[in-house]
Amino acid sequence: MKLSMWTYEGPPHVGAMRIAASMQGVHYVLHAPQGDTYADLLFTMIERRQSRPPVTYTTFQARDLAGSTADIFKKACRDAVARFTPEALLVGASCTAELLQDDPGGLARTLDVPVPVVPLELPSYQKKENWGAAETFYRLVRAFVGRNPRPDNIPANSCNILGPTSLGFRCRDDVTEIVKLLTEEGLDVRVVAPMGATPADLARIPEAAFNIVLYPEIADVTARWLKTAHGMPFISTIPIGVQATQNFVDEVRAIAGLPTREGRTRDRLTWYSRSIDSNYLTNKRVFIFGDATHAIAAARIASEELGFRVCGLGTYMREFARDVRDAAAKYGVEAVISDDHLEVEAAIVAARPELVLGTQMERHIAKRLRVPCAVISAPTHVQDFPARYSPQMGFEGANVIFDSWVHPLMMGLEEHLLQMFRDDFEFNDSASASHLHPQAPAVKTVEAAPAPVVAAAPTGVIATWTLEAERELQKVPFFVRGKARRNTELFAQGKGIHPITVETLYDAKAHFAR
Amino acid sequence: MSVAQPVACNEPTPIRQRGQHEVFCGLTSIIWLHRKVQDAFFLVVGSRTCAHLLQSAAGVMIFSEPRFATAIMEERDLAGMADMHDELDNVVARLLERRPDIRMLVLVGSCPSEVIKLDLSRAASRLNAVHAPRHRVIAYSGSGIETTFTQGEDNFLAALIADKASPRSAGEAAKLVVLGCLADVVEDQFSRLFAELGLSGVTFLPGRDAIKGLVVGPETRFILAQPYLGAAAAALEARGARRIDSIFPLGAEGTSAWLRAICMTFGVDMARLDAVVAQPRRRAAEAMAHYRPWLEGRRVFFFPDSQMEPSLARFLSREMGSELLEVGSPYLHREHVAGELALLPPGVTLSEGQDVDEQIDRCRTANPDLIVCGLGLANPFEAEGRVSKWSIEFSFTPIQGFEQAGDLAELFARPLMRNAILTGGADRREAVR
Repeated sequence: MKLSMWTYEGPPHVGAMRIAASMQGVHYVLHAPQGDTYADLLFTMIERRQSRPPVTYTTFQARDLAGSTADIFKKACRDAVARFTPEALLVGASCTAELLQDDPGGLARTLDVPVPVVPLELPSYQKKENWGAAETFYRLVRAFVGRNPRPDNIPANSCNILGPTSLGFRCRDDVTEIVKLLTEEGLDVRVVAPMGATPADLARIPEAAFNIVLYPEIADVTARWLKTAHGMPFISTIPIGVQATQNFVDEVRAIAGLPTREGRTRDRLTWYSRSIDSNYLTNKRVFIFGDATHAIAAARIASEELGFRVCGLGTYMREFARDVRDAAAKYGVEAVISDDHLEVEAAIVAARPELVLGTQMERHIAKRLRVPCAVISAPTHVQDFPARYSPQMGFEGANVIFDSWVHPLMMGLEEHLLQMFRDDFEFNDSASASHLHPQAPAVKTVEAAPAPVVAAAPTGVIATWTLEAERELQKVPFFVRGKARRNTELFAQGKGIHPITVETLYDAKAHFAR
Repeated sequence: MSVAQPVACNEPTPIRQRGQHEVFCGLTSIIWLHRKVQDAFFLVVGSRTCAHLLQSAAGVMIFSEPRFATAIMEERDLAGMADMHDELDNVVARLLERRPDIRMLVLVGSCPSEVIKLDLSRAASRLNAVHAPRHRVIAYSGSGIETTFTQGEDNFLAALIADKASPRSAGEAAKLVVLGCLADVVEDQFSRLFAELGLSGVTFLPGRDAIKGLVVGPETRFILAQPYLGAAAAALEARGARRIDSIFPLGAEGTSAWLRAICMTFGVDMARLDAVVAQPRRRAAEAMAHYRPWLEGRRVFFFPDSQMEPSLARFLSREMGSELLEVGSPYLHREHVAGELALLPPGVTLSEGQDVDEQIDRCRTANPDLIVCGLGLANPFEAEGRVSKWSIEFSFTPIQGFEQAGDLAELFARPLMRNAILTGGADRREAVR
């Protein structure tokens, strides 16, 4: 049993729903009690889809348990096929129905429905949402691709894009961006799956020369099977960030037999990041947490393209722990592999970042710690489906990333001005910000408030401050005072200094100078 | 306006269907219960789905540290490798260590814990032996195989009554118990009215304090503030309390009838009642009048959600002049909603339970001006060019009493006003008021 106040991933049948809802012509009959229909609103409310997800729930009740829940399931299957006339039927059970052991796959086979049935075995008490999505995609592809030989004379520049799903982080815009990029490079994109694909499209996957795995969490298993069963090579460089996009283009061109070209960057990130205004980004400490794909990519961009220092990196997906550990090693940090948000919070507190890149949960943690934050990964929130075009992938994605990561930080010139004019009467902690209403109360404290939850955080004995040192600390500009306090206390703690004097304050300043 | 008398009409036979229910399960009522009962913590003993449901339905992310959590059962629990009760004890110990401010810990049963017959009442008494009196532990089931949306509150209150009204409670028995979760602001308004009416010894259940004792005796009368409280009402009746029958305090008519029923029971002079409610009733009428033009003659279709639908429909029909096409409810408690059903216009279609696809077909055929439905259906209806109101707001927004009558009308009117603004088809001054 595991205590959970907040989870990064739903159950595996929600992953299966994401695949069904991504595709056309697939209907999912889910053996589930009333209440599990909540999952519909992930699609209709969070993603603001215009239609209900293609899922029928059996909605069995306690009084049905004495009778035959299997009959309810069979009726639901027949009714769903009659009403929705899908090209393929997915059948499975949610966590409660799994305990009933009705065997949806076996039952569906006895039904003689006029469409192919793909049964799902998703162990709810072991696995989670992304695993469920990957498994469902794999089962569907296996069912429709089969083992027929691939055609001869496949054009070398033909490819498929695998992995984008409903409820994925900015998948909709990523696909548009990458298809455009590939088309401009002379590639012929055949099938994009699961997003937008029909079962018939899945059957056409082997008719392309190679696959592109955009989201390994969803498509890695499938791409590996296609490689083994059909000898289809795949590319797994993720085009997030300028350099990765350039590498991606090079690899795709190489595998398609196209000549390499001089890199033509069409991004603004590279110049913006070089511009003088970005000087203040130098070595900003950044803590990164999310799904494996976005977290690893974020760490690389942060470190190599924006000049930040990665002070923490992690993922909630144990399936990709090794990849994230390898990436973390490059930045000299130990990866946080955990789906317990309290542990992640403790890691953030300990890392003392100046910017957090994370999921919606880390956004809340950062807000409590008064550290700026940008969201880079699912689980998604209604905010992660913006009306505007905002991909994460490709060159335009890099531009979007520059804006969305840099804006939460105090802006460049603004920070320089605050440093230069810090004795000015307007730049102090009691002056209200210019964009606020005149009656708005002034911000009283900009220091990092002590985290309300410190039980899980490593706490030591905090040295007390002499009155004089405390007064000197007040001379430090308010926007860095919190950091100065934390650094000094950390320094004092490490050296066993007690109490903290003015000397200690300046010793610590020298120690942490960069 | 005179206080309503039930009008004789043939009680319609509801459509009863069994199919997919597009209704939340009882676990979801934790979301308002934990805001109301501030010293309680709700621990769902369930699956990852339960945890995901709560965070999706609640937007838990707005409270990074909510006063509810899930003890997620895992493979090893089911495989018998771990004694589930030991595991639960450990989770509870960890939780109480982290949150020593919890005064009442509520174990909430879910579908999987019910199916494997995990006995949470036994667990609660065992945990009480360890943690009482510092932390009190009770249990109830909010599982989706047994409860819909609001019925979780019913089971919670029944468990609370069983616990609080136990012999350890001392003191004078409550004269009046107002049963059913009301927003604090509504509770305070009713408290002031009761004081002006000279009624003392009134207890709201649930109150803000879960631990405070409740004494119920044969002289105790109770009135329902919510229509979904069959089990909680039975629990009070089993302790000798008697129910005051009334329609529910929605709209000026409902609130007047509700207060009148209380006053008649306690022998409060009707002239005094009229004097006390004159001002609030006038304000309610004034506030409602703003929205009547938006709702008069509009054809409304209710999908089942909270069991409040008959009362909401009665309000719309009698005070706003709307036409009712279908009134769906997950369950109709014949006795408790008899007064409401009697006030519905003749010929209205009632439905109990749900087969959502069939109901959507009926709704499309009826082509209503306003559809009241759950979160899963609202956007797809909007995409079809229909106007919808998501019903969850009736559970989360203070709508009871005179001072909220205008707000209640506004909840129904807002989608129609918005549609008018966006389609440019109405008087803008009306629309933007």
